[in-house]
Amino acid sequence: MTTAVELRGVVVRYGAVTAVRGVSLAVERGAIHAVVGENGAGKSTLMRALYGLVPLAAGEVRVKGEPMARPSPEAAIARGVGMVHQHFLLAEALTVAENVVLGREPRRRGLLDVAGAEAEVGALAEEHGLAVDPAAPVGALSVGERQRVEILKALYRGADVLILDEPTAVLSPPEVDDLFAMLRAHRDRGGTVILVTHKLDEVMAISERVTVLRRGEVVGDLPTRDATPEAIVRLMVGRDLAGPPERGAGPMGDVRLSVEGLTVRGSLDRVSLEVRGGEILGVAGVEGNGQTELCEAITGLRRADAGIVRLDGADVTRASPARRRALGLGHVPEDRHRRGLLLDLSLAENLLLGRLDEYTRFASILDRRRLAADAARLLERFDVRPADPAAPARSLSGGNQQKVVLARELSLRPRVLLAAQPTRGVDVGAIERIHAELDGVRRRGAGVLLISAELDELLALADRVAVLYRGRIVATLPRAEADRERLGGLMTGATAQQAAVQP
Amino acid sequence: MRGILSGAFLLQALRISVPYVLAALGGVASERSGVINIALEGMLLVGAFGAAVGALASGSALAGLGAGVLAGVALAALYGLAVIRWRADQIVCGVAATLLALGATRYFLKVFYNSTSNSPRIPSTDGLGWAILVGAALLAALAEAGLRRTAIGLRLRAVGEHPEAARSVGVRVAPLRWLGVLLSGALAGLGGVWLAFDQHGFVANMSAGRGFIALAAMILGGWRPLGALGACLLFGGAEALQLRLQSSGMGLGAGTVQALPYLITIVALAVRGRASVAPRALGT
Repeated sequence: MTTAVELRGVVVRYGAVTAVRGVSLAVERGAIHAVVGENGAGKSTLMRALYGLVPLAAGEVRVKGEPMARPSPEAAIARGVGMVHQHFLLAEALTVAENVVLGREPRRRGLLDVAGAEAEVGALAEEHGLAVDPAAPVGALSVGERQRVEILKALYRGADVLILDEPTAVLSPPEVDDLFAMLRAHRDRGGTVILVTHKLDEVMAISERVTVLRRGEVVGDLPTRDATPEAIVRLMVGRDLAGPPERGAGPMGDVRLSVEGLTVRGSLDRVSLEVRGGEILGVAGVEGNGQTELCEAITGLRRADAGIVRLDGADVTRASPARRRALGLGHVPEDRHRRGLLLDLSLAENLLLGRLDEYTRFASILDRRRLAADAARLLERFDVRPADPAAPARSLSGGNQQKVVLARELSLRPRVLLAAQPTRGVDVGAIERIHAELDGVRRRGAGVLLISAELDELLALADRVAVLYRGRIVATLPRAEADRERLGGLMTGATAQQAAVQP
Repeated sequence: MRGILSGAFLLQALRISVPYVLAALGGVASERSGVINIALEGMLLVGAFGAAVGALASGSALAGLGAGVLAGVALAALYGLAVIRWRADQIVCGVAATLLALGATRYFLKVFYNSTSNSPRIPSTDGLGWAILVGAALLAALAEAGLRRTAIGLRLRAVGEHPEAARSVGVRVAPLRWLGVLLSGALAGLGGVWLAFDQHGFVANMSAGRGFIALAAMILGGWRPLGALGACLLFGGAEALQLRLQSSGMGLGAGTVQALPYLITIVALAVRGRASVAPRALGT
């Protein structure tokens, strides 16, 4: 039994924060090894340390038995370790081939051999079943294709150890299947895969061994066949999860939000939907099929080219975002860093943003004490950690940041809540909480439009699921009829035609 | 109106374009590596001053050329130290570098030649001047090929688009940015040399905003060398036209006519502006 990669007592610090505390881990050659943990457990940091992107405060990295004196991406690459980053590291203006060969360019007579690079990348793609056009600019590719480019980058450098950081977060179910087939083939050829994930079904489906991290430490390391999803969750979270919220059959109310024939050129094609009070309408779809534009058109951040948006029967198609908020539209945006929060402002400021009028005394001076007191109450109610109103939003973990956004939106007591990808990049414990809050909104009679790429989330929460594919709603299924296979087919257009002729 | 498209007119347009082309190529070199270069104006100016001092001190035009290019590189090195090494704000430092160039050339003009306005006349430099004119066009073609068809060119572009991605595959960012910035100093310095040779001496503030026009041409040309060359020729043509119109005594007021090149610049940028995509990591 030989190890491909071995970590011994690895410690990583970011300033005063210790992200990884003495992790030891051995990855066998010719195996798929899953590394799981909540967000903030140190998985990504550990992988970055292994790949030499962050310095080790202590410990040692060994690749194929040999210690790496000074870990660096160059050293890792030289020993056959390649990393597929969660946030792709690709220059969009460059072509696929240029991105792949960068740093190791084939040359002919001193010049860059563009044709040779494209041919070589094309052949490599073919060999590994990673269909992508080598001459296309990366900016024109889908998310799934970009991931293939990332994998090609590693393979081009001769990597036999592939590290993939949350590779399935951005993929549709069939793309996940393709990726897993490719990884299995890589393993069967004697290659090694380190798969960082927080999705347990993936761990169970593909890995031979699983290492569980919590708060920067290894809390479990076992063969996958000896593990159960429940046991892994218990290790990850340190307790049992409550499971999906109990569904009381809330009363169906009037139509709260109605969208008719909403069109945004190039993105949305005559989308119509209705959300009633006491209902959660889910919108499923692979990223980039019009979700962003749908949110922006409903919230007024973007003008629609055609169509009508009504809130509680009032036509708000041309109303400003502020007006829509005043009419009771809450919004949890998909990109909380860019739209949801002002990262450098304090939690108190973020929580009460847009309502500062309520906190001004004469001459527009803010009543900071009352602001902080109300913020502290909200933080406590939503279990945000740390519950410090003065802390900058940037200092919080993803899950806690999202709770802050949710706290702000719910404190307005919205009649309609538009929640886009509310649990993206959020750890298991926080997901549980966010789901309970969304269900709470429904129970008190408001309508929720839940846009999500996570089928489990939609199946757990939504009363009906609409599927968005290439800017059109191709089907709307009651929850009883929605299952993973059916939704997966619709999301990728495989079964669009049949399902579109829905009564 | 006769003679507007004459050979003399075209020649004049080309002559006017030379410093624009060289400075704009310098801008491309720097900005494709991700470093904003507002200091082009200052690099032109120190290039011109260096050329005059070099030529006067040695009596050789070639030495003047070398001194001008070196002066541009020296200012670029200072700028690179601030923005690459110390990661200072590129706009602020670019303005500072230009102001420094203005002040320093004035100061040394006084010290060396006891004048507040201009240096003594420099000896004939005609042959070299022509070489620079032809060289500017060749450099544009060379830069285009270099960016697309060499490994260094690819790495330079990658660093300007996504430095993190470049770093992750072992391409070091800082050396490439240094290369871009120093090249921009050399090119803009050479543009300054042309100015000094063309006017047979150094005149205080003789760059007169050309560095900024070159910046506009670079943007108009989509940060591509040949695109920038085309835009510079357009601007040069407009300026030559303006001079013609002025001397032909047509009814337009001198103010209107003089504003022509700048109006064309603004209109061209407004029309093309959004289609022209900047390097993604510019200024970071």
